[in-house]
Amino acid sequence: MSKEKFSTLKSTAVPLPNENVDTDQIIPARFLKATTREGFGENLFRDWRFDSNNQPVSNFILNDPSFTGKILVAGKNFGCGSSREHAAWAIYDYGFRVVVSSFFADIFKNNALNNSLLPVVVSDAYLKSLLEAIQKNPSLEVVVDLENQSIEFGGNKESFEINPYKKSCLINGYDDIDYLLSLNEEIKEFDKQHA
Amino acid sequence: MGKTLFDKIWDAHVVSKQAGYPDALFIDRHYIHEVTSPQAFDGLKKRGIGVFNTSRTTATADHNVPTKDQHLPIKEALSRHQVETLRKNCKEFGVELYDLGHPFQGIVHIIGPELGFTQPGMTIVCGDSHTSTHGAFGTIAFGIGTSEVEQVLATQCILQHKPKRMRIEINGALGKGVVAKDIILYIISKISASGATGYFVEYAGSTIESLSMEARMTICNMSIEMGARGGMIAPDETTFKYIKGRKFAPQGEAFDRAVVQWEQLKSDEDAEFDKVLAFDAADIAPMITYGTNPGMGIRVTDRIPTPEELKDISEKPSFIKSLDYMGLEPGSQLLGKNIDYVFIGSCTNARIEDLRMVASIVEGKKKADGVEVWIVPGSKQVEDQARKEGLDKIFEAAGFELRSPGCSACLGMNEDKIPAGKYCVSTSNRNFEGRQGPKSRTFLASPLSAAAAAITGKVTDVREWI
Ligand code: SF4
Repeated sequence: MSKEKFSTLKSTAVPLPNENVDTDQIIPARFLKATTREGFGENLFRDWRFDSNNQPVSNFILNDPSFTGKILVAGKNFGCGSSREHAAWAIYDYGFRVVVSSFFADIFKNNALNNSLLPVVVSDAYLKSLLEAIQKNPSLEVVVDLENQSIEFGGNKESFEINPYKKSCLINGYDDIDYLLSLNEEIKEFDKQHA
Repeated sequence: MGKTLFDKIWDAHVVSKQAGYPDALFIDRHYIHEVTSPQAFDGLKKRGIGVFNTSRTTATADHNVPTKDQHLPIKEALSRHQVETLRKNCKEFGVELYDLGHPFQGIVHIIGPELGFTQPGMTIVCGDSHTSTHGAFGTIAFGIGTSEVEQVLATQCILQHKPKRMRIEINGALGKGVVAKDIILYIISKISASGATGYFVEYAGSTIESLSMEARMTICNMSIEMGARGGMIAPDETTFKYIKGRKFAPQGEAFDRAVVQWEQLKSDEDAEFDKVLAFDAADIAPMITYGTNPGMGIRVTDRIPTPEELKDISEKPSFIKSLDYMGLEPGSQLLGKNIDYVFIGSCTNARIEDLRMVASIVEGKKKADGVEVWIVPGSKQVEDQARKEGLDKIFEAAGFELRSPGCSACLGMNEDKIPAGKYCVSTSNRNFEGRQGPKSRTFLASPLSAAAAAITGKVTDVREWI
């Protein structure tokens, strides 16, 4: 089924230098009760964004109007913990299309890729300079070019890895089921032999 | 060169291998629950397709269910709707559901093994990261997201890249009061919450071989807490004995034939792993976590580290933030700290053996004043067994509440939440900020340590109680 296609994104970015951000922080369990994929953005980082009286926490980055954009730049081991795909949905629904970090947890990375959210893995040094540059200049533009697998800001460029299959899925807006359904006969045969 | 157990099982399940594509891996068993399945069923409806093979799919309601008055309709509207949606979907697509009130209902990772669905050599997935639990039987079992749940429902396959292989060896005899939970908390504290990301772990060594199936499940369960895709243990006599006679396991001659196959499931002597780690059981003591990820653990008698003692200086800000959240001083002692709640439950530690451990400590004693203790069995069968053995009487006499099965305060999706600022010694697997309820504070520990804490009302070294 077709998904949003991704090619090149030029946008300002939001810095979230925290490390080990787990999916319970991205979307707390009590908001997982929906039976659709939409609307999770509202509760993205809920307990960091709002206090117990539902008032915005002033020093949390998403509440700082100077930082906006479609790129989230996060500390290492982003998305660890629970396998909830709701974390990727929430980030996407909020408006992000790219998450940059030096390290992603496995399941989160898969979930992001399955939802047109591009995880970009950069070196520790690049991440550090990117975070500093955004913090200094919130209107800094970052360019993520999926075709050429590169990320760039202020002339500072680094290339990133992505599996070629996943890359073509993102560029063309395909998903894994389209491919797996084409293997239907082989799978049926396998199922029969392993009953 | 020989093959690892992981490679043997993986390679036997690859349906299609095409250059440039991830492997299409056949899945023998798919467990589903109410939280991560509704959007997947929706996807099937949109595509106009059914479930590929319903006999390979097992459903239960666990994450969202109340642990009191389970026979009544669920009070909270959204939770009720989610469970009802699961019911509707299972009916419409012909999937077997162990619903509330069914004698087989329980936490998905507890009922799978208990019913004999989980068998050596299988590939197993579930939309839940602790699917790694099933690796204790010598399976490749891992957690997946909802898009992948949809893939497996639709095609019984999943597109996956082969992870790297890690072997963790633990040898030697365990000390007094040291159990499986301590082993895994110890390993994670040594290699960190991301130390095994990108790997699939095989646990081995004399310590592992000496463990019961329940204990092995506790260890494999928490593999994900060090970032691993999953964890596994080669099956042996202990495994076969556990499976024999279980409801959905092969019976009679078929079982004997299966055992002959299962006995082949081990890593070859000369198999190569991408990484090998070894630990000495003698170094492990009763463990407890002090921070907000499972890697932040210490021996219960140790001090909390100071930021200066961290190996990786870049972790300093997260470390300080974490201790601040927990309301703890760097360098201080956790032992003797007052606590408010004790939660005994979750897919890590809510099997019958765990409840027996708790009973062994609390029999004839009373809980400390001001401490609330919840015991939430992992399944209806565990609950029934506990009652049959009279454990419920021991718990009641101690002032503990034995509730009905579900995930409960492990993730606080139902009403079982630890209040803001309160301390809970918990046998679950995650101490993340707010995991057990907004602003709750979690100390992860073994069932033995949790039981001792319930009696004293403090963080306690259980060795003094044995
Ligand atoms: S008990 Fe906790 S960790 Fe286990 S499946 Fe339920 S929510 Fe997940």
